[in-house]
Amino acid sequence: MIPGNRFLPLMLVAATIVILALLPHLFNSRYALTLLNQLGIGIVFALSYNMLLGQSGLLSFGHAVYFGLGGFTALHALNAITDGDLPLPVPLLPIVGGLMGLAVGIILGWVSTRRSGTIFAMISLGFAELVAASSNIMRGYFGGEEGISGDRMSGPVLFNLSMGPQRDVYYVIAAWMVISALLMYLITQTPLGRMANAVRDNPLRVAFVGYNPQTVRFLMFAISGFFAGIAGSLFAINFEIITAQAVGIEYSANVLMMAYIGGTGYFLGPVLGAIIYTALSIVLSAYTEAWMFYLGVFFIIVVLYAPNGVSGVLAVHEPVLRARLMHRLLPAYGLALVTAATLLAGAVVVIESSYHLSQPGALTATMNLAGIEFDADGWRPWAFGLGALALGALLLRETIHRVGHAWADVRHHLTGDAAT
Amino acid sequence: MNASPAIRLQDVEKSFGSIRIIQGANLEVRDGERHAIIGPNGAGKSTLFNLISGHLAPTSGRIELRDRDITGMAPYKINRLGLSRSFQITTLFHRMSVVENIRCALYYPMGYRYSFWRLCPRLKDVHERADEVLERLELTRRRDVMAGMLSYAEQRALEIGLTVAGGADVILLDEPTAGMSHSETARAVELIRMLSENKTLVMVEHDMSVVFELADRVSVLLYGEVIATGTPNEIKANRRVQEAYLGVEVA
Amino acid sequence: MEGWIFFLFNGIVYGLLLFMMSSGLTLIFSMMGVLNFAHASFYMLGAYFAYQISTITGFWPGLIVAPVLVGCIGALVERYFLRTVHRHGHVAELLFTFGLAMLIEEAVVLIWGRNPVPYTVPPDLDFALFQIGGMSYSAYKIFMMAVSITMFVFLYGVIARTRIGQIIQAALTHPETVGTLGHNVPRIFMLVFGAGTGLAGLAGVIGGNAFVTEPGMARALGTIVFVVIIVGGLGSLTGAFIASLLIGVIQTTAVAIDVSLTDIFATVGLDLRNVPLHELWSKRISDVAPILPYLFMVLILVLRPRGLLGTRDS
Repeated sequence: MIPGNRFLPLMLVAATIVILALLPHLFNSRYALTLLNQLGIGIVFALSYNMLLGQSGLLSFGHAVYFGLGGFTALHALNAITDGDLPLPVPLLPIVGGLMGLAVGIILGWVSTRRSGTIFAMISLGFAELVAASSNIMRGYFGGEEGISGDRMSGPVLFNLSMGPQRDVYYVIAAWMVISALLMYLITQTPLGRMANAVRDNPLRVAFVGYNPQTVRFLMFAISGFFAGIAGSLFAINFEIITAQAVGIEYSANVLMMAYIGGTGYFLGPVLGAIIYTALSIVLSAYTEAWMFYLGVFFIIVVLYAPNGVSGVLAVHEPVLRARLMHRLLPAYGLALVTAATLLAGAVVVIESSYHLSQPGALTATMNLAGIEFDADGWRPWAFGLGALALGALLLRETIHRVGHAWADVRHHLTGDAAT
Repeated sequence: MNASPAIRLQDVEKSFGSIRIIQGANLEVRDGERHAIIGPNGAGKSTLFNLISGHLAPTSGRIELRDRDITGMAPYKINRLGLSRSFQITTLFHRMSVVENIRCALYYPMGYRYSFWRLCPRLKDVHERADEVLERLELTRRRDVMAGMLSYAEQRALEIGLTVAGGADVILLDEPTAGMSHSETARAVELIRMLSENKTLVMVEHDMSVVFELADRVSVLLYGEVIATGTPNEIKANRRVQEAYLGVEVA
Repeated sequence: MEGWIFFLFNGIVYGLLLFMMSSGLTLIFSMMGVLNFAHASFYMLGAYFAYQISTITGFWPGLIVAPVLVGCIGALVERYFLRTVHRHGHVAELLFTFGLAMLIEEAVVLIWGRNPVPYTVPPDLDFALFQIGGMSYSAYKIFMMAVSITMFVFLYGVIARTRIGQIIQAALTHPETVGTLGHNVPRIFMLVFGAGTGLAGLAGVIGGNAFVTEPGMARALGTIVFVVIIVGGLGSLTGAFIASLLIGVIQTTAVAIDVSLTDIFATVGLDLRNVPLHELWSKRISDVAPILPYLFMVLILVLRPRGLLGTRDS
């Protein structure tokens, strides 16, 4: 923290709260509220995931276990409220789900955090499959195909929220998001949070400054399970139904990609990632059946070329902007944009055409893409698509070269400035 | 000063598969002395350090820290008993600032342990201690630089700093001056002398001038055995040592 | 009794198939430190390629061509992508192969559609070879067994007799020595990755028609293969072999056991009807068969964190 700016974080939090309070008045359609609620849930989930990947260096393929079990517990608790067995206001349900996430995190974490790195990743996948497969067997708890559903308009009323309208749910989710994000940020500032970073960077040395790396990993894992459980409970309250999908591998993969695409190196990276990922999947899935393919390509590009995620890419430009050197990068970036557009156009035509042909329901080969009609089995789309891909590949070489040069130039200027 | 030795090794053996790296090493490090371990490459010096610090468990034998059996104990437990070590290859927290590196070595010994309810920016005592340590390391100027960005000599200094910051009274330094220039070595020697005051120091060192300048006593390791222990002068005069070791490197 | 032999036989056939996958995965992991998340995706590619080839030429050419094609794709992936991402560390490599697995699955859907394809057992082998106690043993299962065993004998020969085999052996137990073996290491990596994925492709060719060839097949098998190498212990081919057979047999025979844990404990006077997770204990073993490999993995992790025969920590 920069000295003299002690109130900056507080002001940021206050501004966030004000914006969050105003949002439902600015976007008051049902659709917008649904989207905002999903974003809020995604943000808490992604931040809890980053306690593992970004802060402790633990790559988990099974984080949905804590999310989903938290959600199921919240819904069972909700039904207990409806039946009059549990005198708890619905907005406080996330505490119950969070505790479940914590409990499961303690049990599974005890076994899996003995290892780190790729072994830990494998074990997390094993546990994810264990729970996912159990959901087919323990139908009483997971509710089989239909899942478990409940009615959130029951129990004692808190803050005058009837929990009927989407807007009430929004406020509950927003409040829990702010509280969880704040707590998770503060944990990064504690000795445990710092040592988690240390374990991530150098577990060997950690053992020689008095810490057991396993204990550090275990505690972070359990706490992360708690916040994942809160996210799962918010999911349960929002949809009033939860199915075994919520503990499944897809949800685990989603949160991994959210956090990674946003960037695991900065606290707010996963927030950015949750927004980008949610927006992309909603927009893409509205237009194409192959949206998972596009998301996969995007993810791989991030892994290959921007391992610090979108927030990492933004962060390296911050000193450039401050030194007013951005104009030196822009020509190269312009070329990059052309290249990306060419590759994208080619890829889209090829992917959509082949997808169209593989559909059992496709009666004709005629398809429509961006208002243009063509036959997917003719030579035209394929010639165009493959041609664009080839041209894009050529441009890509030149682009990489130019961007490299522009950056070398900018770096030269930056260090030159620092020296004088 | 205590009469019992700081570290005692009894018939310690360590094998990797069929290869015996350490074969029946016996060693006593007296309380408060500076003890150097020398020996040709591959004699097992680093392995010996790994055994004492708990990084490896011996195949057989017994290791004691102040009469307490620490054989096969986990490194962090040995560390909490007051033994700290450095590494031959610099082992820092590269993505943290210099001062944060030192603080990481302080949280546990200063009682904050696994706390997730206390905020680091408010731990004044840790901050003060960390700044003191930086002062002694002459790294105050570089306080907020990422550890990975330091020069090699500075990284080595920080490595020693991380080792001593927690207040351990038995310090193991693994080749603290390796790869340093002449003037850097001279400064490192002064630093080690100052930081090891009133502590027990064991160091592996290749540079004989450093060994003879710093060490009260020297042990010679050859093929995984301690073949001699004595004052620097006794070691210089020892025939077996001359033949086995000094004869090769100094002549 | 005859029923048991039948289930045991099926378990062994399945276990050998698992070993075809886990041996390649172990080799790649031990030498390169890369945990290939997409390994089962190459198995799936093998099955789909073999299906495509079989629609043109019949089954037999695909037995050779499909694994070779898959191996080539594997080698290209290593050469052009894994090598790039290598400098970001093992976690980045794992993330890359995770993304790759997702892409391959989606690509398979794009090309062959979401429904299973009619990849069937070749008619020359589609008959019952013999019968024991009323259970017929299909010729194709025997053929699968023969292919797997031939493959292992060949692989064993390569590892025991050739220079590359010696390097692989050294790398299995002491991965840090790989770097000291000279400058052709990248090529060896490409070769090992290509061979490992090719082996997975072969498993796909002979497994795809014995089971079902559909886009979800990689995901279903992928985790089981991970479980196999955790149970067997990293860096141990023998461990992978034992674990493959164990898990193969556990999964197939469990289907035949008609009692529940509650029943079993009741015979010794323990009542499990009111303990936590009682729903789970009251299920018949045959119903919980899908989770048994994972429970087995947990058991091993608690009792022997390094796996049955593992010597390495990472």
